[in-house]
Amino acid sequence: MGSTAPAEVERPSSDVRPDVPWLTIVWNDPVNLMSYVTYVFQTVFGYPRGKAEKLMMDVHHKGKAVVASGTREEMERDVQILHSYGLWATVQQDS
Amino acid sequence: MSTGFRATRKGVSVHLDAGEVSILRSLVSQILGLVEPGATGDDPLERALGIGSPEAPSDPVLARLFPPAYADDDKAAGEFRRYTEATLRDAKRADATTLLETAEPGKLELSPEQGQAWLRAINDVRLALGVRLDVTEEIHEEIASMPEDDPRYPALVTYDWLTYLQDTLVRALW
Repeated sequence: MGSTAPAEVERPSSDVRPDVPWLTIVWNDPVNLMSYVTYVFQTVFGYPRGKAEKLMMDVHHKGKAVVASGTREEMERDVQILHSYGLWATVQQDS
Repeated sequence: MSTGFRATRKGVSVHLDAGEVSILRSLVSQILGLVEPGATGDDPLERALGIGSPEAPSDPVLARLFPPAYADDDKAAGEFRRYTEATLRDAKRADATTLLETAEPGKLELSPEQGQAWLRAINDVRLALGVRLDVTEEIHEEIASMPEDDPRYPALVTYDWLTYLQDTLVRALW
């Protein structure tokens, strides 16, 4: 995996609410294995196996799960790494 | 058929026969052919920075390998793609290349890093086959009850084998 950090992106200021955290969402898909998704959550986020399995089951049963929260830049970095593992991940601001 | 991956003291190992290696190499080569090096613009500065196109790929397999990072904000998704897709393409190409350079018949020993590259490369092949074959979560049961003369049968059996191989690799790396 590339170690290159995402470049700074100029943002329009109107749609940014700095007090509201950003989220990394992982969506269910029919190909990624339950074992693999759990392993990726442990590897990418350093989560213990139990937490990684619970998030994986949430994705599987509910169709999606919030797997991390933080700044927009942090979430975009997470999504880039998750895409390198082939997971279907998106960034959004908490509502 | 291969018994799958096992953990070793130095990483992981697997026995693959010549036919299995040939299938793996063929599929991973196809991914390498499909995922071209990070396409960047004509501007030399943009090229140097690895900045590419904000447009989503039109090929459905590429669209799955490089999904939008924002579900309901096309502008933000385009900006993210512009700054990250070239790096992501290069990472996927590096994983595929590692597999092609290490895959050979017989007993294969891989370091944990090589094992991780194999894991992602096999997953990319499964994602690609999943799109082309319209795979659902019930695919394993579907294959079990499918007549062998079904046109999808050979490709789905290969998909099922890759699923098994990947699952044993995850467990060996854990």
